[in-house]
Amino acid sequence: MNINELRKDFPILSQKIYGHNLVYLDNAATTQKPQCVLDSVMKFYTVYNSNIHRGVHYLSEKATEIYENARLKVKDFINAKSRSEIIFTKGSTEAINTLAYSFSLKYIKPGDELIISEMEHHSNIVPWQLYAQNKGAVIKVLPFDNNGELLLDKLESLITEKTKIICVTFVSNTLGTVNDIEKIIKKAHEHNIPVLVDAAQAIQHLKIDVQRLDCDFLALSGHKIYAETGIGILYGKEKYLEELPPYQGGGDMIKNVSFEKTTYAELPLKFEAGTSNFVGAGSLHTALDYVDRIGIENISQHEKQLLDYATNKVEEIGGITIYGRAKNKVSVLSFNVDGAHNYDVGMILDKLGIAVRTGQHCTEPIMTHFSIPGTVRASFALYNTFEEVDRLVEGIKRAKKMLVG
Amino acid sequence: MTINEIQNQIIDEFSDYEEWLDKYEYLIELGNSLEMISEDQKTPDNIIQGCQSRVWLVAKLDDDGTVCFFADSDAIITKGIIALLIRVFNHQKPQDIINTELYFIDKIGLSENLSPTRANGLLAMIKQIRYYALAFNALKK
Repeated sequence: MNINELRKDFPILSQKIYGHNLVYLDNAATTQKPQCVLDSVMKFYTVYNSNIHRGVHYLSEKATEIYENARLKVKDFINAKSRSEIIFTKGSTEAINTLAYSFSLKYIKPGDELIISEMEHHSNIVPWQLYAQNKGAVIKVLPFDNNGELLLDKLESLITEKTKIICVTFVSNTLGTVNDIEKIIKKAHEHNIPVLVDAAQAIQHLKIDVQRLDCDFLALSGHKIYAETGIGILYGKEKYLEELPPYQGGGDMIKNVSFEKTTYAELPLKFEAGTSNFVGAGSLHTALDYVDRIGIENISQHEKQLLDYATNKVEEIGGITIYGRAKNKVSVLSFNVDGAHNYDVGMILDKLGIAVRTGQHCTEPIMTHFSIPGTVRASFALYNTFEEVDRLVEGIKRAKKMLVG
Repeated sequence: MTINEIQNQIIDEFSDYEEWLDKYEYLIELGNSLEMISEDQKTPDNIIQGCQSRVWLVAKLDDDGTVCFFADSDAIITKGIIALLIRVFNHQKPQDIINTELYFIDKIGLSENLSPTRANGLLAMIKQIRYYALAFNALKK
């Protein structure tokens, strides 16, 4: 894998920011797009643009074909059993909201319980509060230790006969931890409890096989894996999706409508109300093809090398606290310069052309766990280089000198 | 000095700095020299919660009819900008604080710090300064 060649696929990376070559290390927030993805969007609008499904004309058929082929691509990419299990959403947040709404409506009664991990993104907490807690369900929290590893031995004691679902992230967007999802799913299934896996931060780093994992639901975001924004996936086992009521009503998700009774479309369209983001779906197809061409294992290996290199170099600076010391981590490095506020560090790095994220990263419970206002987060993608890590390290040194002397 | 005279003075000072980090160095220096507000004044009532950094603001009306502001932040660059805001608005009449347009932050290239999406508490702080001025003005009447 030749990184310098790959970088040429990403036109945005060659620009200068405040006079410096851009160092983009905010990949956990969103990834940059390769030229092929940009071209696919342009081509769609210049050649195929038309609304999908039920159009009798040529362009509508082509657009539908692109959309449905994208669904098949996703199905193969995560090894789902059938296309019925792949629901297009606008992102993983909408995927989780869809599930939280439908699942709560169907299965949650007052006094029921949900288990959610302490390291979840707000997107895997708030929807459950909105829909399940409001129906009288109780949210129980699976804690993590100071290394950022979930305390899986506590899981058994949290499970009761009232537990209806376990919601857990595959990879922590703040700590980089790769959770032992298989173990959680196995334990949950011993008690016949379904599991939702938030894979927004996993799909771009790890091979995901939903049949091997045996997860019941999985949420994905396209823009985290080099596709456009506004496209995501809710995967669900067919037996659940068949039972669950739709989330939103509108076009495309119905079979027959009358004022007395409406019947819903077959899966997966039952959950795709309104005009779908078919351009985004096409871009996701292109992005997944791109990742397949490089190989997710190659990407993962390169990113791991970057993370190890960065972790060592940042530690060598001294006076830095790293958050997230799990044995199994993806390329997310969260840290603070001791005695300095994360926001100040981020602002100085920005003026050096280095894009990182600062703050709570939509994981306030993690900040509460460590009693900190936030962290600086550098996150690496397939196109990042060791030279860029060096630039980050120099930037941190500079910020440290300015802020704490 | 009037509010605008102070604003112009600040713009003049910042014209010496061509490099971004030199501006930040100066803001850090200002932040460090800003008179601290006491811990017991850092109450929930006085906090302006941002997602990125937090700001505390306290105001009182002096006997001469001008307003005196005390503020703090947990982020030092934010605090430096606060020091500038205090320099501009301190010891001014409420009416003048209400009526004056704040332009120096834009002129010295720091307007990005006032973007609502930054959530560093600064935009809300400026609003709060004006609310205090409005309240003190009403009180005087």
